[in-house]
Amino acid sequence: MKRSLRYLFTAALIALICLSADARKKNAQGVVAGHPALAPYFSDPEGDSLAPDNQGFIRRWLLLEPILKPNRTNTVFTDSYIRETFGQEMFPGYLTVLPENGKSVKVGDETLTWHALDSKLFNVKLYRYATGMEKERYGIIFWAVTVLDVPETLENVRLSAGSNSASMWWLDGKEVLILSGDRRMVMDDGASSRLTLTKGRHILRCAVINGPGMSDFCVRFVDESGKPVTSFKTLNK
Amino acid sequence: MRKSIFTAVSLLLVSIGAYAQIGEPWIHDPSTIMECDGKYYTFGTGGGGLISEDGWVWHSGAVRPGGGAAPDALKIGDRYLIAYSSTGGGLGGGHAGTVLTMWNKTLDPESPDFKFTDPIEVARSEFDEDCDAIDAGLLLDPTTGRLWLTYGTYFGFIRMVELDPETGARVEGNEPVNVAIDCEATDLIYHDGWYYLLGTHGTCCDGTNSTYNIVCGRSRNVTGPFLDNMGRDMIAGGGKMVLAAEERMMGAGHFGLIDLGEGVQKMSCHFEADLDRSGRSVLAIRPLLWKNGWPVAGEPFKEGTYEIISERRGYALELAVDFIRMPMTGGWFRRDANEPVAPIASQTLEDVIGTWPDGDIPIRIGDYMARPHQKWTITAAPNAGGYLGGPYYKITIAGTDRALAATEECELTSVEKFTGEDNQLWRIDQLVDGTFRIMPKAIPGHDEPFVLVSIADSTPSLAKFDPDSDNSKWSLKLK
Repeated sequence: MKRSLRYLFTAALIALICLSADARKKNAQGVVAGHPALAPYFSDPEGDSLAPDNQGFIRRWLLLEPILKPNRTNTVFTDSYIRETFGQEMFPGYLTVLPENGKSVKVGDETLTWHALDSKLFNVKLYRYATGMEKERYGIIFWAVTVLDVPETLENVRLSAGSNSASMWWLDGKEVLILSGDRRMVMDDGASSRLTLTKGRHILRCAVINGPGMSDFCVRFVDESGKPVTSFKTLNK
Repeated sequence: MRKSIFTAVSLLLVSIGAYAQIGEPWIHDPSTIMECDGKYYTFGTGGGGLISEDGWVWHSGAVRPGGGAAPDALKIGDRYLIAYSSTGGGLGGGHAGTVLTMWNKTLDPESPDFKFTDPIEVARSEFDEDCDAIDAGLLLDPTTGRLWLTYGTYFGFIRMVELDPETGARVEGNEPVNVAIDCEATDLIYHDGWYYLLGTHGTCCDGTNSTYNIVCGRSRNVTGPFLDNMGRDMIAGGGKMVLAAEERMMGAGHFGLIDLGEGVQKMSCHFEADLDRSGRSVLAIRPLLWKNGWPVAGEPFKEGTYEIISERRGYALELAVDFIRMPMTGGWFRRDANEPVAPIASQTLEDVIGTWPDGDIPIRIGDYMARPHQKWTITAAPNAGGYLGGPYYKITIAGTDRALAATEECELTSVEKFTGEDNQLWRIDQLVDGTFRIMPKAIPGHDEPFVLVSIADSTPSLAKFDPDSDNSKWSLKLK
């Protein structure tokens, strides 16, 4: 490595650490406190864990700042497009590492930060997250991560989700659901095959891609009869 | 030439196989179909009857002594009660008749337990009486446990008497009640707080020209009066149509209810002349639908290419493949109003099939857009047997051999080529509300009779049937 390149790399690393430290400091004070436009839709997490709401919807999330992915239309989101897009490692450990609130990752040329937020609504309003954070609102990919703390093993449950626009869902790094096309967010739009949530912790991830227009998602687990599963907690670390 | 004749004959056989009971279902006045130890039985005029292993392929072989006309059968507890008349009545002659009942522990003539009890007379008519004591129909009232017998023909009154459900004998002191005229081969059923009297109207025994048809009236009381949809009493000749002739089947008569539970009901009858089978009188089984409180025979399921619509939201079953856009030549924006109009070709299979992967392709549900991955051809699977009232079907993407299949995880997939395995065979039952229940013949490694369901708007699966949920119901729209 040439010396000049080494200086540049070192400087970039220091900048990333400084940014990350700054973000962590801000996040420790509360993301919503620093971005009041989020307040109608999100709150800063309180307490170590949060149960799903009475309809089973998961509200505790780590949300990455939107990744730029320009698309003028949502009609391009075929299964192949989504698999190709999300089949690439978007950032190091994107399907394996549990992110931390306030920490940043490098995605292409962008440095993006994870924020811990609780949704005030059953549906997580990603568009409002982007605008509230004063980030790009269209032509973007959202990443959301939550940790499920399951007290007793749950068999034959399904992840049941809706998203605007297309989305892909992973449980413990394994794909469990894809919602392709120019989607509107509908409760229980698509569901996974039957799953077993063993006692302990599991990481649920989703990526939502959107061109123009509103963007949001909702997700819950349902049992064999379609009733919501609420017997676990959600964490953001 | 020979090949084309062979093809035509094959198509005819498939056509017959898809729409009518197969085997040798020759019968007149079939009794209500009974299941006994996994087989199905029905008895007819003149003695004897039919047996079926699966409810679809029928052969002669049922045994009923006593001859005479138009029996009925009913299971009470662990015994079967058979009611029949020892005479044939008289189209142009006398009207002396006798209705008898007898019991058997089994309907299987091969069983060591097969033995009819001595028949008991429960009703009779004299030579010139306004009644023919033939054409028995039985109802065990589910609300009271009381047993009722209707009998009679067009000649005089349809009458009703009460029998003892323990003995099958007439309740002592019970007097007949006149409930209808102008019909015969009556049967009583109970549905949703109403008693329905079904009778066969029109001309019997005239083969291809028989005008037999099945009508009904209803009452809140088991003994009537039975009024039709216009408020006419059946004792004044009223009756609302349940089933008349079909394009190739003439003379529908002698209704029998088959209640499979969970919203699946069927009706048995004969058609006096099946034009595809030398005009023979044949057993028929049809879905029984209920519309505005009235029973209506459903259509026999027709092979064809369908949109399979989930009743949950109205989306259609489809292959999970990329949506291929049609050329963007349509729309309304900035079009010259004077521009000549011309049709745009629909998307074809050839336009898209090259984009589909090889091997299994998952199944999902989506907005119907009349695209090739959403059109399913449903045809009777050759030599695959059937179930009560229908053959097993294969369900393939139109124009291909790609077939819908059940997986061992109780989910759905499509296999590239139909091979006839049980997980690729589908039972299709029309429900009383007109929608359909679709279930695989078998799920690998799984014994429960799961059906095709929507577990989300866009996600199908296999799960327990719930008659109260639109998740379990499908509509089939012929394309």
